[in-house]
Amino acid sequence: MTEVTLRVVLVVAAALVATGVYGALSQQSIVMIMMGLELVVNGLILAAGGIWWSGGHPGNASVLVVVLVTVMAVEMAMGFAVALALYRARRVDLTDDAAELAR
Amino acid sequence: MTLLIMAAALGAVAVVTGIAVFVVDSMARATFLLLASFVAVAVLLLAFGLAYLGIVVVLMMTIEMMIMVVFMVMLMMNPAGLEPMTMVHNRAGSRVIALAVFVVLAAGALLVPWPTRPAAPGDPTTALGADLMGPQMLTMTVLGLALLATIVGTVALSVSPGSRR
Amino acid sequence: MADPATLLPLLLLAPALVVVAGLAAAGGAVTSGDRATAPVVETLRLLTKQRRRTPADDPLLARIGLTVLPVAAVLALAVVPVGLPGTGAPVDLEVGVVWFNAMEVLAWFAVWTAGWGPNAVTALVGGYRTLPLGLAYELPHMLAIITPAIAAGSLDPARISAAQHGLWYAVWMPVAFLLYLVSTAAMAFWGPFAAPLGRDLAGGAGAEHAGLDRLLLHAGRWMLLVAAAAMAVPLFLGGGAPPPITGPDPFSGPAWSWFAIKLLVVLALLLGLRRVMPVLRMERFATLAWVVLIPLAVAQALVVTVVVLV
Repeated sequence: MTEVTLRVVLVVAAALVATGVYGALSQQSIVMIMMGLELVVNGLILAAGGIWWSGGHPGNASVLVVVLVTVMAVEMAMGFAVALALYRARRVDLTDDAAELAR
Repeated sequence: MTLLIMAAALGAVAVVTGIAVFVVDSMARATFLLLASFVAVAVLLLAFGLAYLGIVVVLMMTIEMMIMVVFMVMLMMNPAGLEPMTMVHNRAGSRVIALAVFVVLAAGALLVPWPTRPAAPGDPTTALGADLMGPQMLTMTVLGLALLATIVGTVALSVSPGSRR
Repeated sequence: MADPATLLPLLLLAPALVVVAGLAAAGGAVTSGDRATAPVVETLRLLTKQRRRTPADDPLLARIGLTVLPVAAVLALAVVPVGLPGTGAPVDLEVGVVWFNAMEVLAWFAVWTAGWGPNAVTALVGGYRTLPLGLAYELPHMLAIITPAIAAGSLDPARISAAQHGLWYAVWMPVAFLLYLVSTAAMAFWGPFAAPLGRDLAGGAGAEHAGLDRLLLHAGRWMLLVAAAAMAVPLFLGGGAPPPITGPDPFSGPAWSWFAIKLLVVLALLLGLRRVMPVLRMERFATLAWVVLIPLAVAQALVVTVVVLV
C-alpha cells in the first residue's frame, strides 16, 4: 500500500511540474512565468515529502524540502527585483520585449 | 488506505487549482489559486507526518503570495481581468513540451522500483533540526549564504537611480 | 477515528470564542465611551441588513477571505492549551506554535481580499495597508513566540506552559512578552494598528461591506484578537497553573479557571493600552519595527538562549 500511495503522489508531483512548465513556457508576463516556476517547485516539494514518508531516504528528503522552500523565496525575491529593474529601465514587463540575449 | 484516498483527492485539488492559475483572468484569483495548490500539498505533507514542514509551507506561501499579488497587480496590464485578453505565446508548443515532461516523469514515478522502508521512529521535527545542525550543516550554510546574496542582489536591483540622496 | 470525548471541545471552541470575543468587544465599547450592549445591537443590525455589491466587483474572493478570518481565529485557538483535561489543548499538536503563526497570517489574506473585492479605491488602499503592517509586525512576532519555545525546548504550547512552574516567562523575558502584546494588536489590525480599516479611509478594507460581510470582518477581528491574547497565557503567563506567588492553588477550581482569569487580564491590558495609543501610520511603524523591535527581539532571544544553555 505504501508503494501504491507513493506512486500516486509522484504522478501528482509530475502533473504539478508539467503544469508549471506549461505556464512558464506559454506566459508572456514575467510575473506569470514566476507563477509557473513556483508550481514546479510545489511539485518537487510534494515529491520530496512522499519520498520522506515512504522511507526511501528519510533524513535527506526533509532537508530537501527546506532547500526547496528557500529556493522559492530566493526565486521570488530575485524575480521581482529583476522584473522591477527591467520595468523601470525600459517600461517592459513582457519577456518578448526583453530579448537582447536572443540576438 | 485513508492516506491513499487523501493523496489522490488533495493531489487532484493541487493539480486542478494549479492549472486554473493559467486559465483565470483575474490576477488576484490566479495568485490565490496558486496558494490553494500549495495548501493542498502542505496538507499532504501534514498527513505524511511532516507537521513542521507542512505548516511552514502554509505560513511561507501565504506571506509570499500576499507579496506576489501586489507585484501581479502592479506589473500586469489587466490585473482584475475586467477586459478579456490573452497574454500567451507559443501555446501549442508549450502544451507539447509540458505533456512530454509529464509523460517522462510519470513513467519514472510508475516504473522505477522505489525503495520503501518503515518510517524511522522519532519526531521528524527534531530529526530535521539535528540534521540541519549536524550532518547537513553545509546545506544550511549554503542556504544562508544564498539568502544573504539574495538580500544584497535585490536591494542593489531595487534601488532606483533617482532615489539616492 | 476520533474519540467523541475529544471532539466535543472542538465543537464548543467556535461558540466559546464568539462569546469571549463578544465580551472583549463589549469591553472595547465601554472603554471608548459606548454602551456595553453596543456590539450585540450592532450584530443584530448587521444580520438584518443586505450585503452590498459594487460594479465590476469580485464578491467570491472577498467572501472567501471574510469567511477565512473567523475560521482562522478558531483554528489558531484550537492548539492553545485552555486547561482542558489531558494536555489542555483541544488539539494536541507538537508544533502548535508554528501552526498558530500560520493561522494568524491568514488574516493578511482575509483583509487584502476584503479590500480587493469591492473594486473601490478606499477599500483597496485599506487592503493594501495590511502588507506593510504585516511585514513590520511579523518578524518581531515570530521572534517573540520562538523565545519561550527556546526556553522550554519545545514548539508545543502545552509543554511551554508546563515548563514555567516557578517563574513565568513574562517575568524573565519581558521584551518578548511586550513584543507579543504589540503583535497581538497588530495581527488583529486593531487599536493602534487599525490603519487597514482606518477612519481616514472611511473604513478602509471594510468601507464597502455591509450586512453579513461586515459582521464577519469585525467579529472575525475580535475573535482573532482573543485567540492571540489566549496564546499569550501558555507562552508567557504559565498557562492554567496558579501564579507562583500563591503557592498551592488557593481556589482549586476547574483547570481552565486560571486560564480564563489570565486571558481576561491580557484583554484588559490590551484595551487599556488602546485607550492611550493613537493609530500609527504604517511607514512609521515599519521603521520602528525594523530598526528597533527586530534587534530587540533578536537580543531577547539571544539572552534566553544563552541562559538556557548555561
